[in-house]
Amino acid sequence: MSTAQLRDTITTRRPSKGALVAGILAVWLVAWLVLRGTHTLPLGAAQLTGLHEWLNDVNDSIGANRNSNPLFLYFFNIIRLIVDEFTTFIQTVLSEPAFDSPIPMLGWLGVVAVAGYVCYLVANIRVALLAMAGLVFLGLQGLWTESMDTLALTISAVLIALLFAIPLGVWAGLSDRFNRLITPVLDFMQTMPTFVYLAPLTLFFLIGPASATIATLIYAAPPVIRLTAHGIRSVPRDMVEASESLGSTRRQTLTKVLLPAAKRTIVLGINQTMMAALAMVTIAALIDAPGLGKTVIKALQTQDVGTAFNGGLAIVVLAIILDRVTTAASAKARPSHTAPSRGAAMLRLPMLIGGGVLAAIGVWLSRTYVWAAEFPADVEIGSTIVRATDTATEWVKDNFAALTTDLKDVVSATLIDPLQALLVQSPWWLVAAVIIAISVVIGSIRAAVVSAVCLALLVGTGLWQDAMTTLAQVLLATVIVMVLGIVLGVWMGRSPRVDRVVRPVLDAGQTMPPFVYLVPFLALFEATRFTAIIAAVVYASPVAIKIVTDGIRGVSATTVEAATASGSSTWQTITKVQLPMSRRALTLATNQGLIYVLSMVVVGGLVGAGALGYQVVAGFSQGQLYGKGLAAGIAIVLLGVMLDRMTQAAAKRADRPS
Amino acid sequence: MTTSQVHEERGRHEDEALAGESVISVRGLWKVFGPRAAAVPNSPKLRELGRRDLLDRTGCTAAVRDVGFDVAGGEVFVVMGLSGSGKSTLVRCLTRLIEPTAGEMLFEGDDMLAANHKQLRELRRNKFSMVFQHFGLLPHRRVIDNVGYGLEVKGVGKTERTRRAQEVIELVGLGGNEKSYPDQLSGGMQQRVGLARALAADPDVLFFDEPFSALDPLIRRDMQQEVIRLHREVGKTMVFITHDLSEALKLGDRILIMRDGEMVQLGTGDELVGAPADDYIRDFVRDVPHGDVLTLKWIMRDPRPDDPLDGPELGPDVVVREATRQVLQADKPVKVVSDGELLGIVGDDEILAIVARQESGA
Amino acid sequence: MRRTRIASTRLALGAGIALLATLTLSACGGAKVGEDSGSSGGGECGEFNIAINPWVGYEANAAVIAEVAEQELGCNVNKKDLKEEVAWQGFGTGEVDAIVENWGHEDLKQKYIKEQKTAVEAGSTGVKGEIGWFVPKWMTEKYPGITNWKNLNKYANLFKTSESGGKGQLLDGDPSFVTNDEALVKNLNLNYKVVYAGSENALNEAFTKADEQRTPVLGYFYTPQWLQTQVDLVRVKLPQYKPGCDADPEKIACDYPTYDLDKIVSKQFADENGPAFKLVKNFQWTNEDQNQVATMIAKDKMSPEQAAKKWVQDNKDKVNSWIGKD
Repeated sequence: MSTAQLRDTITTRRPSKGALVAGILAVWLVAWLVLRGTHTLPLGAAQLTGLHEWLNDVNDSIGANRNSNPLFLYFFNIIRLIVDEFTTFIQTVLSEPAFDSPIPMLGWLGVVAVAGYVCYLVANIRVALLAMAGLVFLGLQGLWTESMDTLALTISAVLIALLFAIPLGVWAGLSDRFNRLITPVLDFMQTMPTFVYLAPLTLFFLIGPASATIATLIYAAPPVIRLTAHGIRSVPRDMVEASESLGSTRRQTLTKVLLPAAKRTIVLGINQTMMAALAMVTIAALIDAPGLGKTVIKALQTQDVGTAFNGGLAIVVLAIILDRVTTAASAKARPSHTAPSRGAAMLRLPMLIGGGVLAAIGVWLSRTYVWAAEFPADVEIGSTIVRATDTATEWVKDNFAALTTDLKDVVSATLIDPLQALLVQSPWWLVAAVIIAISVVIGSIRAAVVSAVCLALLVGTGLWQDAMTTLAQVLLATVIVMVLGIVLGVWMGRSPRVDRVVRPVLDAGQTMPPFVYLVPFLALFEATRFTAIIAAVVYASPVAIKIVTDGIRGVSATTVEAATASGSSTWQTITKVQLPMSRRALTLATNQGLIYVLSMVVVGGLVGAGALGYQVVAGFSQGQLYGKGLAAGIAIVLLGVMLDRMTQAAAKRADRPS
Repeated sequence: MTTSQVHEERGRHEDEALAGESVISVRGLWKVFGPRAAAVPNSPKLRELGRRDLLDRTGCTAAVRDVGFDVAGGEVFVVMGLSGSGKSTLVRCLTRLIEPTAGEMLFEGDDMLAANHKQLRELRRNKFSMVFQHFGLLPHRRVIDNVGYGLEVKGVGKTERTRRAQEVIELVGLGGNEKSYPDQLSGGMQQRVGLARALAADPDVLFFDEPFSALDPLIRRDMQQEVIRLHREVGKTMVFITHDLSEALKLGDRILIMRDGEMVQLGTGDELVGAPADDYIRDFVRDVPHGDVLTLKWIMRDPRPDDPLDGPELGPDVVVREATRQVLQADKPVKVVSDGELLGIVGDDEILAIVARQESGA
Repeated sequence: MRRTRIASTRLALGAGIALLATLTLSACGGAKVGEDSGSSGGGECGEFNIAINPWVGYEANAAVIAEVAEQELGCNVNKKDLKEEVAWQGFGTGEVDAIVENWGHEDLKQKYIKEQKTAVEAGSTGVKGEIGWFVPKWMTEKYPGITNWKNLNKYANLFKTSESGGKGQLLDGDPSFVTNDEALVKNLNLNYKVVYAGSENALNEAFTKADEQRTPVLGYFYTPQWLQTQVDLVRVKLPQYKPGCDADPEKIACDYPTYDLDKIVSKQFADENGPAFKLVKNFQWTNEDQNQVATMIAKDKMSPEQAAKKWVQDNKDKVNSWIGKD
């Protein structure tokens, strides 16, 4: 028998992946029936473990020693001073009174004019008009100063992030070893809940612009680091070899080949970083970061959904402006496609000069006349938005509350409760064994090792039971996200019209601060695990839907034609051709969906999810629970790393034809 | 004298003739990928292992095994092989884009492997350049800036750079396109840019790594003509990698055939066709139109006593196809004569054997 | 396609010029920046950093104090929106001068007043804080005796939800406050499960819904709280609080104490003994006073500044007594 035949026989005899997973789950169920309720590692709400107390002590000693420790005196204080100065400077340009003047350096008209001109320079006239219209809309909402505060904070956090993120990204792009080193750090930065480091941050950098900026950039920097590395890595080998073969130094190859060729991907990274920075705005408001975040948080103190929505809408508008500008700028980074026709080229110079003059006039006006400096208060639509939102919310509450309560009860009883019971009441070692076994089956040995380490550390955090409760919700939310992702993604992938209608809604779902829609959700679904799951789904499904849409679009038209030509029905084309062929996109969507769902665990804790999310929130609010909150944050990171590596290993396997 | 004797005779003769003026001289070159790669060429036992065994025993793959040859100045030297034969690795070793594991390499008499980074950079900037399979153009630069890239990294001033770039752009027939971006050009034109870029610094040697395999057949033919023309005009030494035998035969003064990292045969086109070293090569050249490649010396026979020896005379290096008409029209066998000495004769039978072979498409 | 783009570009440029030209012309008579700069603070008071904790009652206290400090004492008041723990930290770093409504927080007092010595107490605000278990008022009419803990087991079925696992639900968990509820449920043998809502918003929404749609809710809540002015809630009587009955957290079986809401200031701020410190120290009002201001903020949607101004105008006597004016 030849080796090839032998291999065939082995594969045919080995049960399929699906059967193996089913087998593992069946064994788990039986074991659960027998062992239920033993070795579940519970921990009461007020109970602390040694680790938690130790973390408390560390936190306390930092606070007690900050005025005498040289690290603080020289290192942190200097960073704080520089960041403070920088952020304050940008604030004085946009939002805060500058020096002796009662207004910022640029009044609203100046900002609109300069923004329009800059957008025209880096992108095109259409985006410039969109940006100007968007900015005026912010003024009309009655939120000019708040919006500019947010913009200033976002800009300074992003600029400072870029200062070190791009070199780090380049390094990670060039060196495999550094890339392996930094990846877990980036994972940590992205999945560690902000609440956990928000309070300690003010110990290091005091309350003020520096802490807000640094909190924002911790969360926002990873995407641009990752995408810069990815961009550098994806530069075709030929190009690098060509450059080397012509005798370039390493530096020349970097600056003349790698960076320009990766520019588009890097700009995409900057785009992602800006979006992430904006997402932090609301949370940073809890440590006195100025801007729209405060508007939202204050409004919600009195359940004022209308005002909170108005503030949230302003954040969405800012996000859309920044997104469209950077996207257009990244498209422009591919020079040949915008090679201008002669007519346009002739117009370009007058446009540049004319635009510059207009911008200058705008700036001058805004520094001279009150009407151009402060957005006129008498023209506004903000109060209309507030009222309309309130009316709509009331209507939904009045008409749907009964229905939604039933829905919540059914889903809780049939899905959440059983899954949670299975995870929480099983002995911890049984759950661990099942997870490791599944990691091997769907992923790889390597993934299983990662899972084992994460599980061991989870036990170490002392929050096993909470972690399992959270895991149950995360898994369910991800399943819902994927169902939505596939249904809407296929629909959007097949119909550009649907795409056009749905996409702005998805953008809003991604950038609207969750706090805004949580209050109406609470009214509809009460403070329950179900509400937390729904909030996670709202936040996480846009990204999954977008990835699936891309995947469906990526299936070659010829293949679809071939399927149609051989008489497939639409349903057959979808299930037999388009979905299997976008398998890679589906796994990526699952992976990203999971990560996004995990980043909502803390928000879930605010609306009844309990478990890890609640521990983090409570740790942020009560000193004696700080250590426990930090441990819960770490537990969330561990769950994230474990699930991420599992799905990535599964994706890699899906890529390899079996 | 049998044909194979001719082959050996001539090969030896040539080696001696070229030794003095060889531009590139390679001896015992190895490139092994994998853990502890350096151990493989040094171990008499491991050197002998086949691909599979080596991988199982050491986890290593030998992409280039004990290769040695000389390239003469002004020669077009072709390295041919199927994918995975190690030819691309070999050419990268020659330019040290990949560091060889073992062996010797002389470039214009200097030890290439002893060159440090700086010296190597100088060599690359001035002495040789390379044309790539997928062009390796920089999409963010216009044609003229792509062509001038080598000069730019060398520190040549902008005016001089532009002048020289324009010159080579004209040379490769791209005049008028210097302001375009690469992705506005067709594949063939892009490779002309690659060619111009390689020529810009006026190097002594050009390396081509399967430069035309990504192009359409018609364009490929044009580009091959272009290389022949350039070679005629600028007379550079060229090392040309290809997997296409007809391309190799068309361009190469000499051809090195590789398989599994090893040299299988080195010789001129007619030597390969006329005297394949083994079945592998024989299989390879079977589809080649023999009449286009073989010369009379490959098909001539010793005169028999009854042969009339007053037929027309032809040289031994006349290609069969060109001699066919004359041989068939003559009523006596054609004498193959070199320097007044009779080497053999060619009659209708010998010609028809080749022509029939071609007709049957074997 | 390209032609239309050029056309639209040209159009945009033209429109821009026209717009700006009109604006410039019409602006010639407009007010100029800097002409109308109001009188800035000055005075001997200087900077006064007041923490704003995130609830309306606190905001009412802070707004009134800030109003008086600015208008009467000429202080330059900086309001900093901070969670409690962060605000307490701020005493040490010199960034917070005063917290003007503190609910107990014995742990923080221990840490910052006793151990780090960065904070000192500055007396009562006069407001009494109550923490306890509440039900909507309509339930007291429909279910007699529900406000006595002894009857709670009888009504446990009413409070069953998807979260409470077959028992009655006790909705807990504004995460900012200490809760003894798990111990209470256990030690009073109640057939209830503590469910952590997770935020004040969640509690607010639960009680609002309970009131509007007559759904039963039993939950941890407190007063003064702005919602209590809009929704009628009644406190459930637990075994009476006696000093020391909450000493061992595991064995608590009594109600929460009544809190005397007080003020905390930074040590440095107290030592300097400036006018702002004296104001904070003397500030004292009642639950009714605070509710008035809180209602203006929460229900009438006035800004805290407007609400404070209005209250200060209507209550000159009280204000004068704080700043020692007759």
